[in-house]
Amino acid sequence: MTDGPSLAVALVVLAVTLAVAVASPPYVSEAVAAGAGAVLLVVVGAIGLSGAGDALRALGPTVGFLAAMLVIAEGCRRDGLFDAMGVVMARGSAGSPRRLLAFVFVTAAAITAVLSLDATIVLLTPVVFATAARMRSSAKPQVYACAHLANSASLLLPVSNLTNLLAFHASHLSFLRFAALMVLPTAAAVGVEWLVFTRFFAEDLTRPRHTSTRPARPELPRFTVGVLGFTLAGFALSSVVGIAPVWFAVAGAVAITLPALTRKTVTPIALARAAEPGFLIFVLGLGVIVQAASANGLDTAVRAVLPTGGSLPDLLAIAGLSAVFANLVNNLPATLMLIPVAATGAGAGPVLATLIGVNLGPNLTYVGSLATLLWRRVLRAEDTDVDPREFLRLGALTVPAGLVAATVLLWLALQV
Amino acid sequence: MRALVWIIEDTWQATIDDADALLPSEAEITLLHVASTEPETVARAARRGLLGRHPPPPPAPQELQTISDQAARELLTEARARLGRSATLQARRGRVEREVVAAAEHADVLVLARDGDRERLGPRSLGPATRFVIDHAPCQVLLIWPDIAPELRTIPPPPPPGGPAPHPPPRKSPRPDGRNPQGP
Repeated sequence: MTDGPSLAVALVVLAVTLAVAVASPPYVSEAVAAGAGAVLLVVVGAIGLSGAGDALRALGPTVGFLAAMLVIAEGCRRDGLFDAMGVVMARGSAGSPRRLLAFVFVTAAAITAVLSLDATIVLLTPVVFATAARMRSSAKPQVYACAHLANSASLLLPVSNLTNLLAFHASHLSFLRFAALMVLPTAAAVGVEWLVFTRFFAEDLTRPRHTSTRPARPELPRFTVGVLGFTLAGFALSSVVGIAPVWFAVAGAVAITLPALTRKTVTPIALARAAEPGFLIFVLGLGVIVQAASANGLDTAVRAVLPTGGSLPDLLAIAGLSAVFANLVNNLPATLMLIPVAATGAGAGPVLATLIGVNLGPNLTYVGSLATLLWRRVLRAEDTDVDPREFLRLGALTVPAGLVAATVLLWLALQV
Repeated sequence: MRALVWIIEDTWQATIDDADALLPSEAEITLLHVASTEPETVARAARRGLLGRHPPPPPAPQELQTISDQAARELLTEARARLGRSATLQARRGRVEREVVAAAEHADVLVLARDGDRERLGPRSLGPATRFVIDHAPCQVLLIWPDIAPELRTIPPPPPPGGPAPHPPPRKSPRPDGRNPQGP
């Protein structure tokens, strides 16, 4: 069903919401923009009250899951897990920049897979930066590695990326089946990054090692690691015991927080901030806005361009188109638009190929999207000390190869 | 004589030792370290790529600039101790090559080390930043080998008469090593 005026209004509201999120002006938050936009679309009749309710109900469990995972990640930071990782990386690399890069790859991939890409970018990157600084080694390849792996390694588990959580709900896969289908594509994407990084940054990585004092043994927070382990085990067994994975995430969040709450090392307000309520409202609002656009004709347009078959050429086309889309409008709205269409396709293949596209795609234009970058340049005209050609070249070397390798391996995994 | 000694993480000991050996005792020495802000920009941009997310700010020591500033301070202090003479310390941030040139504005001599290939004599012994500094230095330059200089036989033999020139004509490739000045 196409309704021109309603579609136009919905697209304008979507564009304004994204512009606010990208520019983050001081006078209006993206949560307010997305919330107000969603209400406006209901008021003007672009989406019915029941339609909006359906969209919110569909997103509710995903947003709850996200909040629980954010609280778990914050608990890990509070308990010193990331600092301990820094010590592990410094000890293991023994002064060699190349070995440090290997440790950063493994750590960033693991943190991204288990605690999501946010944790890698927000919590791990400063630790990696500090580790490189202490080793008196160039932080550049290490920081680039965090930024890239936050996307490339985010294919593995439903919890690794918000895009996965959104698709997981629509894919009707079990947690374990999702992971089993995505393990080879993730390995391929990370492998491509390693091959490119070790050549691209060869000059930074061949510098001689420094004989610095070896840091003391790391003290891994055992309780925190234990809670993480139990949460992951719960995810894996969720389909066997018949409890939705979100409840294991909630249990993990409670378990990791309770000791700190009783010891008063964390306040309820700090806890609420860790769950990022503004972001959760933004996701819900964005969901309603995209639903309004989809119901009024965007859906038909997406259906016209996005293949839904399960053959290898179809999957490659889906991954490629999704990557382009993620670069044009950022991968969150891209996922909201594409997944409902991909979910009507042949089995889990189209949904997972869409994820490969929207998760790996953002590396093409640095981190985020081309739109993010261009808009920032226009809106803030900020001076940058990064050569844009360099990161575009790094993206051009890793993304197309990663997309193809990951999609081919997904196709193979689906044949078994 | 005002001497500016630019040290980098890899070669600072050799640079300090040579500066001490070669600079006259009455030289006013300034030790310079420049922290590249590029990794901080990459990390900041990665955070901005997380659309709509405003995680609570990390505790102060996690601020990248704090980490970078502290590392620079420690390196400069260690370098002054190794030099064993009085010296002014200067820590700058930004685009490394441009900051070094700017810092050398009022110096009489700039002491710096080769930062590229140390195995053989030739243009690759200079990395992009050092090459820029040498090309644009507004003062005398004292360029040191961080280790013992490689032997003369590491220079490739001259081309046969009538063969291609050892280096392409400058107009076609202004950089003798043919590499991108910004990229690796």
